Amino acid sequence: MSLLLPDSGLLFWMTLVFLVVFLILWKYGFPSIIKMVNDRKAYIDESLRKAGEASEKLANIEKEGEALLRTAREKQATILREASETRNAIVEKAQAQAHEESARILADAKVEIESEKQAAIREIRTQVADLSVQIAEKILRQKLSSEDMQKNLIDRLLDEVTSAKQSDRK
Amino acid sequence: MKYFRQLLCALLFAFLALPAASMAHEKGNGLDLQSVLWGHIKDSYEWHVTNIGDTPVIIDLPVIVKTSTGWYTGWGSDFEEESLATGAHKGYRPCKKSSSLFIATVGNYERRIVEILPDGKEVRPFDLSITKTVCVLFIDAIILLLCILLPARWCKRHRIDDPAPKGFTGLMHMFIMYVYDDVIKPTLGKESDKYAPYLLTCFFFIFIANIMGIMPFPPGGGNLTGNIACTFFLAVCTFLVTNFTGTKHYWKDIFWPDVPTWLKVPVPLMPVIEIFGIFTKPFALMVRLFANMMAGHAIALALTCIIFIMATMGAVLASTMTAVSVGMSVFMMLLEVLVSFIQALVFTMLSAVFISLAHVHEPSEA
Repeated sequence: MSLLLPDSGLLFWMTLVFLVVFLILWKYGFPSIIKMVNDRKAYIDESLRKAGEASEKLANIEKEGEALLRTAREKQATILREASETRNAIVEKAQAQAHEESARILADAKVEIESEKQAAIREIRTQVADLSVQIAEKILRQKLSSEDMQKNLIDRLLDEVTSAKQSDRK
Repeated sequence: MKYFRQLLCALLFAFLALPAASMAHEKGNGLDLQSVLWGHIKDSYEWHVTNIGDTPVIIDLPVIVKTSTGWYTGWGSDFEEESLATGAHKGYRPCKKSSSLFIATVGNYERRIVEILPDGKEVRPFDLSITKTVCVLFIDAIILLLCILLPARWCKRHRIDDPAPKGFTGLMHMFIMYVYDDVIKPTLGKESDKYAPYLLTCFFFIFIANIMGIMPFPPGGGNLTGNIACTFFLAVCTFLVTNFTGTKHYWKDIFWPDVPTWLKVPVPLMPVIEIFGIFTKPFALMVRLFANMMAGHAIALALTCIIFIMATMGAVLASTMTAVSVGMSVFMMLLEVLVSFIQALVFTMLSAVFISLAHVHEPSEA
């Protein structure tokens, strides 16, 4: 029976020790541990959430970067294409202009040459006429140096004129 | 596994033979199973560790008693063997320094210090001795404080974003949070922070005392949670916490429960049952823990004692039973570790449940 009856001495010490231990642990032990662990849990959860957000953001940024790169490439390609088109156009235009210019210059030159030729011909003609007059003069002078010759000529000329008149009448 | 059944049968027969064998040998040889068992399970004024040869190794403990003539302080070793008792004081172990103090070996106050008044009456003095169990209580309390305050100190010295604690601190954090999150929080909800220190102190106090009780040598080996005074105190604490923090609705449910009126008006049947229930709940807590731990100690000791009982019965039987007993002891030891944890958990869980039951509020649905 004594097994089932609480002993006063042990009860006294038990009360004392348990209350002291309980008060110490209440003040310094459990609340601080529970608070710390719960705070840490919240902190870790928060960190995980933030990490998730960050990786999501990173993925977005990567996607954006890729998109940016792609548009940049496209733009580059169009710019290059446009540039080559422009270049071709410019070259073609320049060629055409050059053709035109050369043709114009050629035509001008031809005209010039023609006019020069005409002028030269005219000059040659006048010179030929002058020369022929002078030659004729000289020849006449030589031929008409004597009286007989002059009379002879006049006669011939007269004959010629009359014969010409006669033939006109006819 | 094929021979398991045969083995079990042989074992059971061996156990059937045990009482007869022990009876036959109790008188003849030195081993007194009962005294060994009770000597361990009950309290004592000395801490008997072991015997080396014939010399007992004993840790002497102080005796503090208030007798009818005043305070007496001394040591447990001041009390002599029963055989030295003279005349009328047969059955008592006399004290060297006081003529009126004895340790009873029979009767109501067996193994306790008694005072024999001049008129021959046996009374129990007010006894504050540091007995073996009290000593174990001190040791357990110190271990408990270390186990909790060291991890708590880590929390004070570290910031929230420091790396997680390792080793013992990490283990204790995990252990505490296991009890807090899985036992206290689901039961008490948002009030758990208020009662968590008490419940956690209960849990770790019981758990450490249980584990230390399993250990067969000092500083363990005492039977603290298997002592009714310890569980009685813990149950009283839960009783006080439960009833002093109870809500108005809790008391209304006790004195005027929602049952048909004839159950409570002429004869207050339900209120009586409810009031009885207030006391039976902590009583169940007390008895459950006490009985579990005491039975564990008794079985562990009994299994060990089989070896010594059988030792005189012939080499074959002795060696067989020794093997069986060692096997059973290992099994019981492991079971006791489990029981230590489960009983601490059950005590804490039921305390939490009782507290939460005392915090009922008027049900919202009318």
